[in-house]
Amino acid sequence: MTWFADSPGWRAFRRDTMAMTGLTLVALVVLAALFADWIAPYPSHAGPIGDFGAMGAPPGGRFLLGTDTIGRDLLTRLIYAYRLSLEMAIVVLAIATPIGVVVGLLAGYLGPAWSYGLMRLTDVFLSIPPLVLAMSITGFLEPSAIHGMIAITAMWWPWYARLTYNLTRAERQEGYVVAAEIVGASLPHILFREILPNCMPSILTKMTVDVGFVILIASSMSFLGLGAQAPTPDLGSMVADGAKYMPDAWWLTVFPAIAILIVVMGFNLLGDGLREAADVAR
Amino acid sequence: MSPLVRTLIHRLAASLVVLAGVSMLMFVVARVIPGDPARIALGPNATEAQVEALRRERHLDQPIPVQYWEYVREVARGNLGNSLYSNRPVRQDIAQYLPATLELIFAAAAMIVLIGIPVGVLSARYRRRLGDHLGRVGSIVGVSTPAFVWGVILQLVFAYFWRLFPIEGRLAASLPPPPPITGFFVIDSVLAGDGKTLIDSLHHLALPALALAMAGIGQTARLTRASMVETYRKPFIEMAHAYGFREARISNRYAFRPALVPVLTILGLDIAALLGNAFLVESVFGWPGLSRYGVEVILHKDLDAIVGTVLIIAAAFLVANIAVDLLVAVVNPRIRFAGGRA
Repeated sequence: MTWFADSPGWRAFRRDTMAMTGLTLVALVVLAALFADWIAPYPSHAGPIGDFGAMGAPPGGRFLLGTDTIGRDLLTRLIYAYRLSLEMAIVVLAIATPIGVVVGLLAGYLGPAWSYGLMRLTDVFLSIPPLVLAMSITGFLEPSAIHGMIAITAMWWPWYARLTYNLTRAERQEGYVVAAEIVGASLPHILFREILPNCMPSILTKMTVDVGFVILIASSMSFLGLGAQAPTPDLGSMVADGAKYMPDAWWLTVFPAIAILIVVMGFNLLGDGLREAADVAR
Repeated sequence: MSPLVRTLIHRLAASLVVLAGVSMLMFVVARVIPGDPARIALGPNATEAQVEALRRERHLDQPIPVQYWEYVREVARGNLGNSLYSNRPVRQDIAQYLPATLELIFAAAAMIVLIGIPVGVLSARYRRRLGDHLGRVGSIVGVSTPAFVWGVILQLVFAYFWRLFPIEGRLAASLPPPPPITGFFVIDSVLAGDGKTLIDSLHHLALPALALAMAGIGQTARLTRASMVETYRKPFIEMAHAYGFREARISNRYAFRPALVPVLTILGLDIAALLGNAFLVESVFGWPGLSRYGVEVILHKDLDAIVGTVLIIAAAFLVANIAVDLLVAVVNPRIRFAGGRA
């Protein structure tokens, strides 16, 4: 590990207060989501049943962040909502990134006919505002967390296609690609063994920032009732439910709102920090 | 033909291709996914014969390519189909709801430009001082918070607790809407010379527009700052310092204009975010616009209305992006004279 601790990138990262803040927030959220069953004060409150003796309790006392209208502990539900959000983000990126990267590599490396066709297809997806596209796809299905993931995946891959396309275009004239072509390397070898590794830093940085943005879009959809359905704890639908009881039960709106901010900001700061550290290392 | 006009024509043609693609995409998605739109529209109590009649009337019993062809022929005649949800032509629904959404979006875009850019410029000029740090933290918070969260928080603080702004709607219930000319209440009330309606409509517009603009303000401030800092490193700024020009003049004139180019380019993407986030903000503030209509028709699986709404939004986005590109060309003479670069 010493090579890592001494690397210039990590040293720059450690000095960057914002990046370290991001790393801390992300670590907290991920640990909470992983160990939800042990950390959450009332794990059973993640379901439909709460503590009917404590309905609408304000923050403090037994319930650190208060309870909702049927007596479920808000902190518990937020921790489980983080788990769902992270699962969604990981699934979406695990599917969207490979699709986008392959499209981008092909469009960037093969001839102009391919790049024209593939990039116009990408443009079609990119010309619909992301949230609108995802919502209209969910609209044709029944609203649920799974369908939300499908819809978000369908709108997310074009961003990776465009990023990889631009990177590939820059790489394909490089000497190492030409050398591989001359010795007769196969197309998959050139794309995945030669070009792709040089695109990975940018792709990985984008993925880090995107975890936050997928969570943001997913919560926006569930806020409109187009995502996870009750009683599943979900950040967006918790804000929507809480807004019905404003201003008296303000905590039902404010804490889920802050929870969204924490996770999106955490991944944002972490991604920015990684990008700058990568620049320093180069 | 000047290069600018040629670029414009080129872009318009490319946009039409993309729009055709969007309509095809929406069409395929709408028809491939299971569920019978005619049955959903008529409800569980309709007879099979009624459902069958509606299916035939809307060509829902034909193969998808035929349905699409029928649809394109209708669109070419300016007919977007009928909304199964409102029982009116989709075009009529869109004409009714679009102005409210555009008013909201224009107000938000104005806020992004008028707040985001100056914050970025000042942040760059006083970089590494307290104001700069606050500005940077503010920008990150702005970008990381979804529009609906801004909506409910602004509503909670300024409408419920402090009662400075109305909670929802476009106009107080006691006021009649101004005579419709543009459909923008702010402009229509000016045209009608009605001061009271103007003030009330601005009062209703302020919070939703701000909620919609927050992410863009953060993004724009961040980008403007980065771009200005980059420009400050250029030799011509050093020369301006050497000549002893005042700092304000260097910042606002020499550094500002080149720094504006990347900011404007990204503004096109901000518009996509505005069009999408309008769905959230309108639902928080009960704003009677196209986005609220969009959510309704999505929940009712109203196919023609969904496709029509998405088409209009995609078209608005393409037009806005062309406008942004022209603006960039005006600001940046190198692009203007190079021309033909689509």
